[in-house]
Amino acid sequence: MSVLAALGTTDRGADGAAPRPGAGAPTGRGGRRLLVPGLLYLVAFFVVPVATLLATSLYAPVPGGELGAYAPALRWANYTEALAQFWPQLARSFAFAAAATVVTLLVGYPMAYAIAVRARGRPGLQGVLVVLVVAPFFTSFILRTIAWKQLLADDGAVVGVLRWVHVLPPDGRVNATAAAVVVGLTYSFLPFMVLPLFASLERLDPRLLEAGADLYASPLTAFRRVTLPLSMPGVVAGTLLTFIPAVGDYVNSSLLGNNTTTVMIGQVIDLRFFRVLDYPTAAVLSVVLMVSVLALVTAYVRRAGTEELL
Amino acid sequence: MRGRRPGAAVVPLFASLGFLFLLVPVAYTVLFSFNDGGKTNLAWHGFTLAAWRNPCGAPRVCSALVGSLQVGVVSTLLATALGTLLAVGLTRARFRGRAAVNLLVFLPMATPEVVLGAALLSQMLALRLPLGFGTVVVAHVMFCLSFVVVAVKARVATLDPALEQAAADLYASPWQAFWRVTFPLLLPGIGAAALLAFSLSFDDFIVTSFTSGSFTTFPEFVYVSATRGIPPQANVISSTMFVLALLVVVLVRLVARARRDR
Repeated sequence: MSVLAALGTTDRGADGAAPRPGAGAPTGRGGRRLLVPGLLYLVAFFVVPVATLLATSLYAPVPGGELGAYAPALRWANYTEALAQFWPQLARSFAFAAAATVVTLLVGYPMAYAIAVRARGRPGLQGVLVVLVVAPFFTSFILRTIAWKQLLADDGAVVGVLRWVHVLPPDGRVNATAAAVVVGLTYSFLPFMVLPLFASLERLDPRLLEAGADLYASPLTAFRRVTLPLSMPGVVAGTLLTFIPAVGDYVNSSLLGNNTTTVMIGQVIDLRFFRVLDYPTAAVLSVVLMVSVLALVTAYVRRAGTEELL
Repeated sequence: MRGRRPGAAVVPLFASLGFLFLLVPVAYTVLFSFNDGGKTNLAWHGFTLAAWRNPCGAPRVCSALVGSLQVGVVSTLLATALGTLLAVGLTRARFRGRAAVNLLVFLPMATPEVVLGAALLSQMLALRLPLGFGTVVVAHVMFCLSFVVVAVKARVATLDPALEQAAADLYASPWQAFWRVTFPLLLPGIGAAALLAFSLSFDDFIVTSFTSGSFTTFPEFVYVSATRGIPPQANVISSTMFVLALLVVVLVRLVARARRDR
């Protein structure tokens, strides 16, 4: 269960022990000193870099300077120019990530439910299934994405079947479409959805469902009124752990997409930094991405009423 | 007992399809380590053990692997040490600003990787730091740190504070009480956090590509090779890591079970 604990979705320890009341109560003066090295590290390599990013987003080109030469300035026009040029890629990133998150939830919920509820009381089976969920992490992320590219190739079996059942036209393809990118994103982050869902469904008391049945609730009603609401912390954690990495990802969109209709904002940032040496635009897009993700996450968590997750 | 509902098979069916979806690319990756497809390894040409007999046979593949292992080990040690201190401190100390510290630990996890990479690169460009092994480690420690804190905090929450008080009653100094009582009890959580940090570091691509300069890790090697065709040696290395990781997980579970049964 260690991975679950690591994802911050369960208040249990690595061996499943329940938290003790009064655990972690102040026992000494030393507590605050322990924080110093880690905090200094986060300030030096998270806060300062983000501040540098903000400063970079307002840099102006050096007049007559070479490519990639910029000087500190307060050029707010960087923002309007970058957004005017790249808003489609920004909007697309949010749309793709949202679509992938919804699909991931639909695919991941039955998996988590099967492990937590259907395999309840069979710890051996549960253990094997949880290992299967995290198993993809043990092979290279990039190699697995490339495996999808090959599996979805125009002459591959998946496309062949889709053409045969007329889901795709005879010359239709999957690679280089928005669908391929969304499938890739779904695949990449599915374990991050299943694990927190499993953690919250595992804690569900089966007696609640029996009580529901005794009160003449149909299985579907019991699911809607009991299981689903009680698994909401898992749903919120899982959707965040899927959406946040998906929105900034560019591995899927560059390997599974093509270069005009599926470009996501991460690709643009990468390209501006390394090919065009347009640091201010890359910084503007990074700042806008960070701020909008944080705003969305805050609003979502507030609405779902699960602040204690943070 | 009520009879099984007609819809009872729906959940296992969908769940099985989900597992299939999850595992097909893993199987593909392992299968193609045995492919006799030459350097590009795109289509299946027949079974061979050639790549397994000569896992370093493709140029630069093993140096990239060694680079990733070095980065992974150093980053894991640093992130685990810093993160454990933070986790213990955060559950112990009561002070104003605790919420701010919690937020600071949470923020890197809520920030897309591409932003972390861009921010670190801006800083390194501003400081004119040469990019390479050191900058990659700095970046990996940063994004692993928060995950370590969350993992160890879950374990700290299960500790009984009476144990450390008992140690103090027996005239242990706070230092001795930590090392002789608290630390051994936290060890499973710290171990889990370290494994998580290593797997995050070892498989990272986006932050690494921003901070590595000409230094190459294994995921970068695979990504760059993708345009020309990935040598089967990359699949061999990935399959080996897969088996090793599975063994570690199975071993950890067996040890945990043996302890619980004792």
